[in-house]
Amino acid sequence: MTPLLLTGGEAVAHAMRQIDPDVVPVYPITPQTPIIQGFAKFVADGRAHAELVNVESEHSAMSAAIGSALAGARTMTATSSQGLALMAEVVYIAASMRAPIVMALGNRALSGPINIHCDHSDSMLIRDSGVVQLFAENAQEAYDLTVLAPRVAEHPDVLLPVLVCLDGFTITHSAEPVQLLADGDVAAFVGTYTLAHRVLDVAHPATQGPFAMPDYYYEFRRQQSAAVEAAGRVLDGLADGFERLSGRRYGPVEAYRLDGAERVIVALGSTAGTVKDVVDELREEGEAVGVLKIVSYRPFPSELVRGLLADIASVIVLDRADSPGGAAPLQAELAATLYGSAAELHGHVYGLGGRDLHPRDVREIFAQHAPRYVSVRGEPCPV
Amino acid sequence: MARLSPWQELPAGGAILPAEAEQPRTGGWRTGFRPEVDLSRCVDCLLCWLYCPDSAVRLDGTAFEGFDYDFCKGCEICAEVCPVDAIEMVVE
Repeated sequence: MTPLLLTGGEAVAHAMRQIDPDVVPVYPITPQTPIIQGFAKFVADGRAHAELVNVESEHSAMSAAIGSALAGARTMTATSSQGLALMAEVVYIAASMRAPIVMALGNRALSGPINIHCDHSDSMLIRDSGVVQLFAENAQEAYDLTVLAPRVAEHPDVLLPVLVCLDGFTITHSAEPVQLLADGDVAAFVGTYTLAHRVLDVAHPATQGPFAMPDYYYEFRRQQSAAVEAAGRVLDGLADGFERLSGRRYGPVEAYRLDGAERVIVALGSTAGTVKDVVDELREEGEAVGVLKIVSYRPFPSELVRGLLADIASVIVLDRADSPGGAAPLQAELAATLYGSAAELHGHVYGLGGRDLHPRDVREIFAQHAPRYVSVRGEPCPV
Repeated sequence: MARLSPWQELPAGGAILPAEAEQPRTGGWRTGFRPEVDLSRCVDCLLCWLYCPDSAVRLDGTAFEGFDYDFCKGCEICAEVCPVDAIEMVVE
Protein backbone atom coordinates (compact mmCIF):
# COMPACT_ATOMS: atom_id res chain seq x y z
CA MET A 1 0.00 0.00 0.00
CA THR A 2 1.26 3.51 -0.88
CA PRO A 3 2.22 5.53 2.18
CA LEU A 4 -0.04 8.49 2.95
CA LEU A 5 1.17 11.90 4.05
CA LEU A 6 -0.40 12.15 7.49
CA THR A 7 0.17 13.98 10.73
CA GLY A 8 0.57 11.78 13.78
CA GLY A 9 -2.89 12.88 14.88
CA GLU A 10 -4.41 11.83 11.57
CA ALA A 11 -2.50 8.55 11.67
CA VAL A 12 -3.91 7.74 15.11
CA ALA A 13 -7.39 8.69 13.87
CA HIS A 14 -6.94 6.19 11.01
CA ALA A 15 -5.85 3.52 13.48
CA MET A 16 -8.99 4.24 15.51
CA ARG A 17 -11.14 4.03 12.36
CA GLN A 18 -9.63 0.65 11.54
CA ILE A 19 -9.94 -0.65 15.11
CA ASP A 20 -13.52 0.68 15.01
CA PRO A 21 -14.16 0.90 18.77
CA ASP A 22 -17.71 0.78 20.11
CA VAL A 23 -17.55 3.85 22.34
CA VAL A 24 -15.32 6.95 22.31
CA PRO A 25 -16.04 9.41 25.13
CA VAL A 26 -13.79 12.39 24.59
CA TYR A 27 -13.23 16.05 25.36
CA PRO A 28 -11.14 18.16 22.98
CA ILE A 29 -7.79 19.62 24.00
CA THR A 30 -4.76 20.81 22.06
CA PRO A 31 -2.67 19.02 20.80
CA GLN A 32 -4.87 15.95 20.98
CA THR A 33 -7.77 17.57 19.12
CA PRO A 34 -6.73 16.54 15.57
CA ILE A 35 -6.95 12.92 16.67
CA ILE A 36 -10.51 13.11 17.79
CA GLN A 37 -11.48 15.60 15.12
CA GLY A 38 -10.23 13.18 12.50
CA PHE A 39 -11.98 10.26 14.13
CA ALA A 40 -15.24 12.20 14.55
CA LYS A 41 -15.19 12.89 10.82
CA PHE A 42 -14.76 9.19 10.11
CA VAL A 43 -17.81 8.52 12.30
CA ALA A 44 -19.80 11.30 10.62
CA ASP A 45 -18.88 9.90 7.20
CA GLY A 46 -19.96 6.41 8.22
CA ARG A 47 -16.43 5.03 8.01
CA ALA A 48 -16.33 4.27 11.76
CA HIS A 49 -19.20 3.20 13.95
CA ALA A 50 -18.40 4.32 17.48
CA GLU A 51 -20.83 5.99 19.82
CA LEU A 52 -18.99 9.29 20.13
CA VAL A 53 -19.86 10.73 23.54
CA ASN A 54 -19.27 14.47 23.78
CA VAL A 55 -18.70 14.66 27.52
CA GLU A 56 -18.32 17.87 29.53
CA SER A 57 -14.78 17.24 30.79
CA GLU A 58 -11.91 14.78 30.74
CA HIS A 59 -12.93 13.62 34.20
CA SER A 60 -16.21 12.55 32.63
CA ALA A 61 -14.47 11.17 29.54
CA MET A 62 -12.52 8.65 31.57
CA SER A 63 -15.50 7.93 33.84
CA ALA A 64 -17.65 7.14 30.81
CA ALA A 65 -14.81 5.11 29.33
CA ILE A 66 -14.64 2.93 32.43
CA GLY A 67 -18.36 2.31 32.30
CA SER A 68 -18.42 1.39 28.65
CA ALA A 69 -15.25 -0.71 28.75
CA LEU A 70 -16.53 -2.77 31.66
CA ALA A 71 -20.00 -3.00 30.15
CA GLY A 72 -18.46 -4.87 27.25
CA ALA A 73 -17.74 -2.18 24.66
CA ARG A 74 -14.33 -1.59 23.14
CA THR A 75 -13.51 1.93 24.27
CA MET A 76 -10.94 4.50 23.22
CA THR A 77 -10.32 8.12 24.07
CA ALA A 78 -7.60 10.75 23.82
CA THR A 79 -6.29 13.68 25.83
CA SER A 80 -3.33 15.94 26.62
CA SER A 81 -1.81 17.86 29.51
CA GLN A 82 -4.47 19.63 31.61
CA GLY A 83 -7.03 17.17 30.31
CA LEU A 84 -4.99 14.33 31.71
CA ALA A 85 -4.49 16.26 34.93
CA LEU A 86 -8.24 16.65 35.33
CA MET A 87 -8.68 13.01 34.36
CA ALA A 88 -5.95 11.75 36.66
CA GLU A 89 -8.22 10.78 39.54
CA VAL A 90 -10.25 8.58 37.22
CA VAL A 91 -7.18 7.20 35.43
CA TYR A 92 -6.18 5.56 38.70
CA ILE A 93 -9.67 4.15 39.02
CA ALA A 94 -9.66 2.85 35.44
CA ALA A 95 -6.42 1.03 36.18
CA SER A 96 -7.63 -0.35 39.49
CA MET A 97 -10.90 -1.51 37.92
CA ARG A 98 -8.80 -3.11 35.19
CA ALA A 99 -10.63 -1.37 32.38
CA PRO A 100 -8.89 -2.06 29.04
CA ILE A 101 -9.24 1.42 27.55
CA VAL A 102 -6.88 2.61 24.82
CA MET A 103 -6.03 6.30 25.02
CA ALA A 104 -3.89 8.47 22.80
CA LEU A 105 -1.95 11.06 24.78
CA GLY A 106 -0.68 14.03 22.82
CA ASN A 107 2.11 14.91 25.22
CA ARG A 108 1.98 18.53 26.29
CA ALA A 109 3.47 20.55 29.14
CA LEU A 110 1.41 20.98 32.27
CA SER A 111 0.50 24.48 33.33
CA GLY A 112 1.86 26.80 34.38
CA PRO A 113 2.68 28.98 32.79
CA ILE A 114 -0.02 27.76 30.47
CA ASN A 115 1.55 26.32 27.34
CA ILE A 116 0.32 24.03 24.60
CA HIS A 117 3.61 22.52 23.43
CA CYS A 118 5.36 19.27 24.05
CA ASP A 119 6.97 17.87 27.10
CA HIS A 120 6.34 14.71 29.08
CA SER A 121 5.18 16.19 32.37
CA ASP A 122 1.63 14.97 31.70
CA SER A 123 2.79 11.37 31.28
CA MET A 124 4.90 11.63 34.40
CA LEU A 125 1.96 12.97 36.40
CA ILE A 126 0.25 9.60 36.07
CA ARG A 127 3.43 7.53 36.10
CA ASP A 128 2.31 5.53 39.13
CA SER A 129 -1.35 5.18 38.19
CA GLY A 130 -0.96 1.62 36.93
CA VAL A 131 -1.55 2.35 33.25
CA VAL A 132 0.70 1.17 30.44
CA GLN A 133 2.53 3.98 28.61
CA LEU A 134 4.05 3.41 25.18
CA PHE A 135 5.98 6.26 23.54
CA ALA A 136 6.05 6.80 19.79
CA GLU A 137 9.00 8.34 17.97
CA ASN A 138 7.06 9.48 14.90
CA ALA A 139 3.69 9.31 13.17
CA GLN A 140 4.27 5.77 11.91
CA GLU A 141 4.99 4.52 15.41
CA ALA A 142 2.00 6.38 16.82
CA TYR A 143 -0.15 4.56 14.27
CA ASP A 144 1.46 1.17 14.84
CA LEU A 145 1.37 1.39 18.62
CA THR A 146 -2.30 2.37 18.48
CA VAL A 147 -3.00 -0.79 16.47
CA LEU A 148 -1.01 -2.86 18.96
CA ALA A 149 -2.57 -1.21 22.03
CA PRO A 150 -5.94 -3.01 22.20
CA ARG A 151 -4.16 -6.37 22.10
CA VAL A 152 -2.07 -5.34 25.10
CA ALA A 153 -4.91 -3.67 26.99
CA GLU A 154 -7.39 -6.50 26.51
CA HIS A 155 -5.10 -9.43 27.20
CA PRO A 156 -6.54 -11.37 30.16
CA ASP A 157 -3.24 -11.04 32.05
CA VAL A 158 -3.28 -7.25 31.57
CA LEU A 159 -6.75 -5.66 31.44
CA LEU A 160 -5.41 -2.16 31.88
CA PRO A 161 -5.62 1.21 30.17
CA VAL A 162 -2.89 1.55 27.55
CA LEU A 163 -1.69 5.03 26.62
CA VAL A 164 -0.07 5.66 23.28
CA CYS A 165 2.03 8.76 23.89
CA LEU A 166 2.92 10.97 20.96
CA ASP A 167 4.77 14.24 21.31
CA GLY A 168 2.45 17.21 20.98
CA PHE A 169 2.89 19.09 17.69
CA THR A 170 6.21 17.39 16.91
CA ILE A 171 4.25 14.24 16.13
CA THR A 172 0.57 15.15 16.44
CA HIS A 173 0.73 18.01 13.92
CA SER A 174 3.70 17.15 11.69
CA ALA A 175 2.94 15.40 8.41
CA GLU A 176 5.10 12.44 7.48
CA PRO A 177 4.68 9.46 5.17
CA VAL A 178 2.75 6.81 7.09
CA GLN A 179 2.21 3.27 5.90
CA LEU A 180 -1.28 2.18 6.91
CA LEU A 181 -2.24 -1.45 7.17
CA ALA A 182 -5.26 -2.74 5.28
CA ASP A 183 -8.53 -2.19 7.15
CA GLY A 184 -9.26 -5.91 7.22
CA ASP A 185 -5.80 -6.73 8.55
CA VAL A 186 -6.24 -4.36 11.49
CA ALA A 187 -9.72 -5.70 12.20
CA ALA A 188 -8.38 -9.25 12.18
CA PHE A 189 -5.35 -8.29 14.27
CA VAL A 190 -7.34 -6.63 17.06
CA GLY A 191 -10.17 -9.19 16.90
CA THR A 192 -13.39 -8.83 18.83
CA TYR A 193 -13.61 -7.32 22.28
CA THR A 194 -14.34 -9.90 24.92
CA LEU A 195 -14.22 -9.62 28.68
CA ALA A 196 -14.63 -12.47 31.13
CA HIS A 197 -16.95 -10.46 33.37
CA ARG A 198 -19.04 -7.76 31.77
CA VAL A 199 -21.21 -5.49 33.86
CA LEU A 200 -24.05 -5.64 31.37
CA ASP A 201 -24.21 -9.40 31.02
CA VAL A 202 -27.54 -10.02 32.71
CA ALA A 203 -26.99 -13.77 32.73
CA HIS A 204 -23.70 -13.36 34.61
CA PRO A 205 -23.84 -10.04 36.43
CA ALA A 206 -20.75 -8.74 38.18
CA THR A 207 -20.12 -5.94 40.63
CA GLN A 208 -17.12 -3.84 39.63
CA GLY A 209 -15.04 -1.46 41.68
CA PRO A 210 -15.94 -2.47 45.22
CA PHE A 211 -14.60 -0.91 48.38
CA ALA A 212 -11.50 -2.59 49.80
CA MET A 213 -10.50 -2.40 53.42
CA PRO A 214 -6.94 -2.81 54.77
CA ASP A 215 -7.42 -6.58 54.51
CA TYR A 216 -7.68 -6.47 50.69
CA TYR A 217 -6.57 -3.10 49.28
CA TYR A 218 -2.89 -4.08 49.26
CA GLU A 219 -3.61 -7.37 47.48
CA PHE A 220 -5.43 -5.50 44.72
CA ARG A 221 -2.49 -3.09 44.34
CA ARG A 222 -0.11 -6.04 44.16
CA GLN A 223 -2.31 -7.61 41.50
CA GLN A 224 -2.22 -4.35 39.50
CA SER A 225 1.54 -4.28 39.67
CA ALA A 226 1.70 -7.80 38.24
CA ALA A 227 -0.74 -6.81 35.48
CA VAL A 228 1.44 -3.87 34.40
CA GLU A 229 4.48 -6.14 34.32
CA ALA A 230 2.53 -8.68 32.27
CA ALA A 231 1.91 -5.98 29.64
CA GLY A 232 5.62 -6.11 28.78
CA ARG A 233 5.45 -9.84 28.08
CA VAL A 234 2.27 -9.38 26.04
CA LEU A 235 3.88 -6.65 23.94
CA ASP A 236 6.86 -8.94 23.33
CA GLY A 237 4.51 -11.72 22.31
CA LEU A 238 2.85 -9.52 19.70
CA ALA A 239 6.10 -8.53 17.99
CA ASP A 240 6.29 -11.46 15.56
CA GLY A 241 2.67 -11.29 14.46
CA PHE A 242 2.81 -7.55 13.96
CA GLU A 243 6.05 -7.82 12.03
CA ARG A 244 4.52 -10.42 9.72
CA LEU A 245 1.62 -8.06 9.12
CA SER A 246 3.52 -4.81 8.74
CA GLY A 247 7.21 -5.52 8.30
CA ARG A 248 7.79 -3.40 11.40
CA ARG A 249 8.83 -4.77 14.75
CA TYR A 250 8.15 -3.29 18.17
CA GLY A 251 9.69 -4.16 21.47
CA PRO A 252 9.89 -2.39 24.82
CA VAL A 253 13.03 -0.56 23.66
CA GLU A 254 14.82 0.19 20.41
CA ALA A 255 18.58 -0.16 20.65
CA TYR A 256 20.20 1.97 17.94
CA ARG A 257 23.91 1.55 17.17
CA LEU A 258 24.81 0.26 20.59
CA ASP A 259 27.51 -2.05 19.14
CA GLY A 260 30.78 -0.88 20.59
CA ALA A 261 29.18 2.27 21.93
CA GLU A 262 30.90 4.02 24.82
CA ARG A 263 28.36 6.80 25.27
CA VAL A 264 24.64 6.16 24.96
CA ILE A 265 21.73 8.56 25.20
CA VAL A 266 18.49 7.21 26.65
CA ALA A 267 15.36 9.08 25.58
CA LEU A 268 11.61 8.86 25.07
CA GLY A 269 9.56 9.91 22.06
CA SER A 270 10.46 12.02 19.06
CA THR A 271 13.78 13.14 20.55
CA ALA A 272 15.10 9.63 19.93
CA GLY A 273 14.80 10.38 16.20
CA THR A 274 16.88 13.55 16.52
CA VAL A 275 19.47 11.69 18.55
CA LYS A 276 19.64 8.87 15.98
CA ASP A 277 20.52 11.41 13.27
CA VAL A 278 23.27 12.86 15.44
CA VAL A 279 24.51 9.38 16.31
CA ASP A 280 24.79 8.61 12.60
CA GLU A 281 26.85 11.77 12.06
CA LEU A 282 29.07 11.14 15.07
CA ARG A 283 29.63 7.53 14.05
CA GLU A 284 30.82 8.85 10.67
CA GLU A 285 33.23 11.01 12.62
CA GLY A 286 34.49 7.95 14.48
CA GLU A 287 32.73 8.47 17.79
CA ALA A 288 31.43 5.42 19.67
CA VAL A 289 27.91 6.64 20.43
CA GLY A 290 24.43 5.14 20.40
CA VAL A 291 20.88 5.68 21.54
CA LEU A 292 18.47 3.58 23.54
CA LYS A 293 14.88 4.58 22.88
CA ILE A 294 12.44 3.56 25.56
CA VAL A 295 9.16 2.56 23.91
CA SER A 296 7.53 1.02 26.97
CA TYR A 297 7.97 3.49 29.80
CA ARG A 298 5.41 1.59 31.88
CA PRO A 299 6.11 -1.23 32.34
CA PHE A 300 9.76 -0.19 32.37
CA PRO A 301 11.87 -3.01 30.89
CA SER A 302 14.57 -2.83 33.59
CA GLU A 303 16.23 -6.19 32.96
CA LEU A 304 16.46 -5.59 29.23
CA VAL A 305 17.84 -2.07 29.72
CA ARG A 306 20.37 -3.26 32.27
CA GLY A 307 21.51 -5.98 29.91
CA LEU A 308 21.97 -3.48 27.09
CA LEU A 309 23.66 -0.74 29.11
CA ALA A 310 25.59 -2.46 31.90
CA ASP A 311 28.84 -2.39 29.94
CA ILE A 312 28.44 1.10 28.51
CA ALA A 313 30.95 3.53 29.98
CA SER A 314 28.67 6.55 29.96
CA VAL A 315 24.86 6.57 29.98
CA ILE A 316 23.20 9.93 29.38
CA VAL A 317 19.51 10.20 30.23
CA LEU A 318 17.34 12.89 28.65
CA ASP A 319 14.23 13.82 30.58
CA ARG A 320 11.53 15.96 28.98
CA ALA A 321 10.05 16.51 32.43
CA ASP A 322 11.51 17.83 35.64
CA SER A 323 11.02 16.69 39.20
CA PRO A 324 11.74 19.89 41.08
CA GLY A 325 13.90 19.14 44.08
CA GLY A 326 14.62 15.56 43.01
CA ALA A 327 15.91 13.34 40.23
CA ALA A 328 14.01 13.64 36.94
CA PRO A 329 11.82 10.59 36.32
CA LEU A 330 13.70 8.79 33.54
CA GLN A 331 17.04 9.50 35.19
CA ALA A 332 15.77 8.06 38.47
CA GLU A 333 14.52 5.00 36.60
CA LEU A 334 17.91 4.47 34.97
CA ALA A 335 19.73 5.05 38.25
CA ALA A 336 17.67 2.27 39.83
CA THR A 337 18.08 0.04 36.78
CA LEU A 338 21.85 0.47 36.52
CA TYR A 339 22.62 0.51 40.24
CA GLY A 340 25.77 -1.49 40.86
CA SER A 341 26.80 -1.56 37.18
CA ALA A 342 29.95 0.08 35.86
CA ALA A 343 27.98 2.61 33.78
CA GLU A 344 28.52 6.23 34.66
CA LEU A 345 25.16 7.97 34.67
CA HIS A 346 24.45 11.53 33.55
CA GLY A 347 21.08 13.20 33.45
CA HIS A 348 19.73 16.21 31.59
CA VAL A 349 16.38 17.92 31.55
CA TYR A 350 15.47 19.39 28.15
CA GLY A 351 12.68 20.65 25.97
CA LEU A 352 10.18 21.78 28.60
CA GLY A 353 7.11 23.51 27.15
CA GLY A 354 8.10 22.72 23.58
CA ARG A 355 11.67 24.09 23.61
CA ASP A 356 13.32 22.37 20.65
CA LEU A 357 16.29 20.11 21.12
CA HIS A 358 18.56 20.73 18.14
CA PRO A 359 21.18 18.37 16.76
CA ARG A 360 23.87 20.78 18.02
CA ASP A 361 22.41 20.42 21.55
CA VAL A 362 22.68 16.64 21.24
CA ARG A 363 26.32 17.00 20.16
CA GLU A 364 27.02 19.12 23.22
CA ILE A 365 25.29 16.59 25.43
CA PHE A 366 27.38 13.76 23.99
CA ALA A 367 30.49 15.91 24.45
CA GLN A 368 29.48 16.54 28.07
CA HIS A 369 29.49 20.25 27.42
CA ALA A 370 25.81 20.69 28.25
CA PRO A 371 24.43 21.84 31.58
CA ARG A 372 21.99 19.70 33.52
CA TYR A 373 19.15 21.91 32.21
CA VAL A 374 19.80 21.94 28.47
CA SER A 375 19.06 25.05 26.38
CA VAL A 376 17.61 27.15 29.14
CA ARG A 377 18.78 30.75 29.13
CA GLY A 378 20.94 31.71 32.08
CA GLU A 379 22.26 28.23 32.73
CA PRO A 380 26.08 28.15 32.96
CA CYS A 381 27.75 25.43 30.90
CA PRO A 382 30.08 23.00 32.65
CA VAL A 383 33.77 23.69 32.06
CA MET B 1 -13.88 -15.92 59.68
CA ALA B 2 -13.48 -16.28 55.93
CA ARG B 3 -10.06 -17.19 54.56
CA LEU B 4 -8.29 -14.13 53.15
CA SER B 5 -7.29 -14.76 49.54
CA PRO B 6 -3.79 -14.15 48.17
CA TRP B 7 -3.61 -11.57 45.37
CA GLN B 8 -3.18 -14.20 42.66
CA GLU B 9 -6.63 -15.63 43.43
CA LEU B 10 -8.61 -12.40 43.35
CA PRO B 11 -10.77 -11.57 40.33
CA ALA B 12 -9.14 -8.78 38.29
CA GLY B 13 -10.02 -5.39 39.71
CA GLY B 14 -12.01 -6.89 42.56
CA ALA B 15 -14.99 -7.84 40.41
CA ILE B 16 -17.56 -9.56 42.58
CA LEU B 17 -19.24 -12.46 40.84
CA PRO B 18 -22.47 -13.90 42.22
CA ALA B 19 -21.18 -17.45 42.65
CA GLU B 20 -18.15 -16.24 44.56
CA ALA B 21 -19.74 -13.62 46.74
CA GLU B 22 -19.78 -14.50 50.38
CA GLN B 23 -23.29 -14.15 51.82
CA PRO B 24 -22.99 -13.28 55.47
CA ARG B 25 -26.07 -14.24 57.45
CA THR B 26 -27.09 -10.76 58.38
CA GLY B 27 -30.15 -12.01 60.26
CA GLY B 28 -27.87 -11.89 63.28
CA TRP B 29 -28.44 -8.14 63.36
CA ARG B 30 -32.19 -8.61 63.92
CA THR B 31 -33.90 -6.17 66.21
CA GLY B 32 -35.13 -8.76 68.70
CA PHE B 33 -38.49 -9.20 66.99
CA ARG B 34 -39.15 -11.63 64.18
CA PRO B 35 -42.16 -11.96 61.86
CA GLU B 36 -44.36 -15.04 62.11
CA VAL B 37 -47.16 -15.87 59.73
CA ASP B 38 -50.60 -17.35 60.17
CA LEU B 39 -50.86 -19.26 56.87
CA SER B 40 -54.60 -19.78 57.33
CA ARG B 41 -55.06 -16.04 56.78
CA CYS B 42 -52.41 -15.52 54.06
CA VAL B 43 -53.89 -14.77 50.61
CA ASP B 44 -50.57 -14.94 48.70
CA CYS B 45 -50.78 -11.31 47.65
CA LEU B 46 -46.97 -11.21 48.04
CA LEU B 47 -46.91 -7.60 49.24
CA CYS B 48 -44.51 -8.71 52.00
CA TRP B 49 -42.21 -10.24 49.35
CA LEU B 50 -42.39 -7.04 47.30
CA TYR B 51 -41.64 -4.74 50.21
CA CYS B 52 -39.07 -6.79 52.14
CA PRO B 53 -35.82 -4.77 51.87
CA ASP B 54 -33.69 -7.86 52.50
CA SER B 55 -35.34 -10.37 50.15
CA ALA B 56 -36.08 -12.43 53.25
CA VAL B 57 -39.50 -13.63 52.10
CA ARG B 58 -39.29 -17.02 50.39
CA LEU B 59 -41.74 -18.05 47.69
CA ASP B 60 -42.85 -21.38 46.33
CA GLY B 61 -43.66 -20.32 42.80
CA THR B 62 -46.19 -17.55 43.37
CA ALA B 63 -47.18 -18.73 46.84
CA PHE B 64 -45.87 -17.40 50.13
CA GLU B 65 -43.62 -20.03 51.69
CA GLY B 66 -41.98 -18.50 54.75
CA PHE B 67 -39.38 -16.10 56.09
CA ASP B 68 -35.65 -16.50 55.67
CA TYR B 69 -34.43 -15.67 59.16
CA ASP B 70 -30.81 -15.79 57.99
CA PHE B 71 -31.45 -12.38 56.44
CA CYS B 72 -34.54 -10.91 58.14
CA LYS B 73 -33.66 -7.84 60.25
CA GLY B 74 -37.01 -7.61 61.99
CA CYS B 75 -37.89 -4.26 60.40
CA GLU B 76 -41.66 -5.04 60.60
CA ILE B 77 -42.41 -3.72 57.11
CA CYS B 78 -43.99 -7.04 56.12
CA ALA B 79 -46.28 -6.96 59.14
CA GLU B 80 -47.19 -3.37 58.33
CA VAL B 81 -48.07 -3.96 54.66
CA CYS B 82 -49.91 -7.27 55.14
CA PRO B 83 -53.55 -6.47 54.17
CA VAL B 84 -55.01 -9.45 56.11
CA ASP B 85 -52.97 -9.11 59.32
CA ALA B 86 -51.47 -12.56 58.81
CA ILE B 87 -48.02 -11.44 60.07
CA GLU B 88 -47.27 -10.85 63.71
CA MET B 89 -43.99 -9.69 65.23
CA VAL B 90 -42.94 -11.87 68.12
CA VAL B 91 -40.23 -11.33 70.71
CA GLU B 92 -37.29 -13.65 70.13
